[in-house]
Amino acid sequence: MADEKQSSLLIDNISMTFNLPDGSSVEALKDVSLGLATGELLSVLGPSGCGKTTLLNIIAGFLAPTGGQIILNDHQVQGPAPERGMVFQRGALFEWMSVRKNVGFGPAMKGVPEKQIRTRVDELLEIVGLHDFGDKAVYELSGGMQQRVALARCLANDPDVILMDEPLGALDALTREKMQGLVLKLWKETGKTIILITHSVEEALLLGERLLVMAPRPGRIHKEYHLPFAEMGVDADLREVKKHGDYGSKREEILSMIWEMEEEIMGRKE
Amino acid sequence: MLVLMIYVTIFVLAYVIYQAVAGRSSKKVGFNARKTVTFGDESAVTANRAASVISVVSIFLIWGAFTGSNLTPIHVPGPFVGKTSFTYTATNAENQTDDGTVHINVAKVGNDSKKPTLPESGQSGFAKDDALKVGAWRSALIRVQNNDDGGKIKGYRVTAINGQAIAPNQMVEVADGVVSMTSKGSLSFAPSKGWQMEPIWLPAPEAIVTRLFEISRDGYQNVALSENIGWSLFRVVVGFLLGSLVGIPLGYAMGLNDWFRGWFDPIVEFMRPIPPLALIPLVIIWFGIWEQGKISLLFLAALWIMTISARAGVSGVNISKVHAAYSLGASKLQILLHVIIPNSLPEIFTGARVAMGVCWGTVVAAELVAAEKGAGKMIIAASKFQQTDIVIMGIILIGIIGFGIDILMRMAESVLVPWKGKG
Repeated sequence: MADEKQSSLLIDNISMTFNLPDGSSVEALKDVSLGLATGELLSVLGPSGCGKTTLLNIIAGFLAPTGGQIILNDHQVQGPAPERGMVFQRGALFEWMSVRKNVGFGPAMKGVPEKQIRTRVDELLEIVGLHDFGDKAVYELSGGMQQRVALARCLANDPDVILMDEPLGALDALTREKMQGLVLKLWKETGKTIILITHSVEEALLLGERLLVMAPRPGRIHKEYHLPFAEMGVDADLREVKKHGDYGSKREEILSMIWEMEEEIMGRKE
Repeated sequence: MLVLMIYVTIFVLAYVIYQAVAGRSSKKVGFNARKTVTFGDESAVTANRAASVISVVSIFLIWGAFTGSNLTPIHVPGPFVGKTSFTYTATNAENQTDDGTVHINVAKVGNDSKKPTLPESGQSGFAKDDALKVGAWRSALIRVQNNDDGGKIKGYRVTAINGQAIAPNQMVEVADGVVSMTSKGSLSFAPSKGWQMEPIWLPAPEAIVTRLFEISRDGYQNVALSENIGWSLFRVVVGFLLGSLVGIPLGYAMGLNDWFRGWFDPIVEFMRPIPPLALIPLVIIWFGIWEQGKISLLFLAALWIMTISARAGVSGVNISKVHAAYSLGASKLQILLHVIIPNSLPEIFTGARVAMGVCWGTVVAAELVAAEKGAGKMIIAASKFQQTDIVIMGIILIGIIGFGIDILMRMAESVLVPWKGKG
């Protein structure tokens, strides 16, 4: 790719092969390469088993790839670090801490003074719309609010890249739509590089400035799109964006692409 | 058997009456009220409080009724107490017959009673009247021949009781009791026992309450009640704390390190199913019967439970939480302190509740075997003197304390780990 040299995040020829106990091996990822410039919003879509979560875990540093490397800001990724923040689907908040403590967890671990943490946390809670909930326990919040806390907690560390692993997957449709708007707003306001993994074609279209469709066995990049909808959605109602003619045709195209892959998997299994 | 039948009858009757009286008028409230499917829907079955009250009351009623308690209005027939008599027919060596009467005074054991005085009329003929005193629920032997004229001559024998023929090893029912004849020809009188329990089997409820006040005021065998219970609790707390002190870090180590897990897995898995009571003999051999032995036993009882619950607490941590903490820049130590330990607390509390229950049961059993002071020691000592009231009082106290410990642990749990089950 041409823009690889200017990329802040470079996914360089990543391969991942798991050896199973029965002696066989699974190629979860094969030769995946991609460059991301600072402030890009990438959504990754694909049928189950295409290795998208594996890829995210490799970028986050939770898994060491069997081949290739991840380069962020000119250094190689060796393990998890606060420069790469992570937002999980659910269950990653610390129930034993208040909302405020959760959001301030990263700075507190770094030893940032209490006062600074407090102002930073208040700011972030304001941004995600939870300013009245700082002293609540996280288990008292609804699923959508918990994901807002997760977003704020991730932002509190001021990471260079935000990795989202189906962050809205467990939410109901309405909450999900609101949260999609929030993600776009945060992306625009903070200018962070975001990689978002999702199962939902609509979400991938709405939240992907770039959209990556991955294919399984071995996990690889099948097709890449550059889309206008994320930029449109920053200021407009997401439902208006969905009425856009291009949106419908892209959705149909990607859906049938994924359907084909799913059918292929089913066929192979039989 | 009779008691069981009465109990079942009360159960059924109470249900029928409750349904007839309250069943239609009492309205269920809340969401359950409109459920049409309740049979099989566990959430629709709530404990009927009326049934609970009747259950407890009926246990006390039956207890009182069968022990002649003053607290209950109804009693089953008690043992015969009072004056009674039966007539015996004696045949002397010359085959002449004459009747004599045995006058009996039956009194509760412990009550001072005298033999009844004999009426003048009984001194006619060769068979003279006899006097006998018997305790209720007991029996007494009497050789009626002893004071009869010619009674010591061979061939003199008793042939009938109240007109009914009797021979050795036979018995005749008389008013208020049974007369039986031994193989040697002596008579034995047993007054009717009725249906009530003798206090030595089961004392009346009020006797136990009286005993409780008496023991808590004066102590038992020179040891105050609070001291007995205090020692048991002290052993439980010390044993439990030592077990937790070793078990929790061990459990963490097993959850976090493969060498620790591999090393201790066989030990823990082997020791866990061994009931602590089975260790008592070995602990006595190794540590003796005093405090060291008991605390070692409780330590072992708590250790494996706490180890396993701590290990489960570590294994139960959602990997997303650990990943999130690493991504937020936490070090290993910070993850242990801020993620793994708090995350495992609910499991540890569950383990602690189980461990406290097991320790309490174990300490009582250990005290039964050997102790100077303790709740278990008190009841085993009382049982040796057949002081059933103290035994039952002790059992009830042990139950209440065990229940109290569990309630306290639950309260501590809801205060200290309010997020339990909400992750």
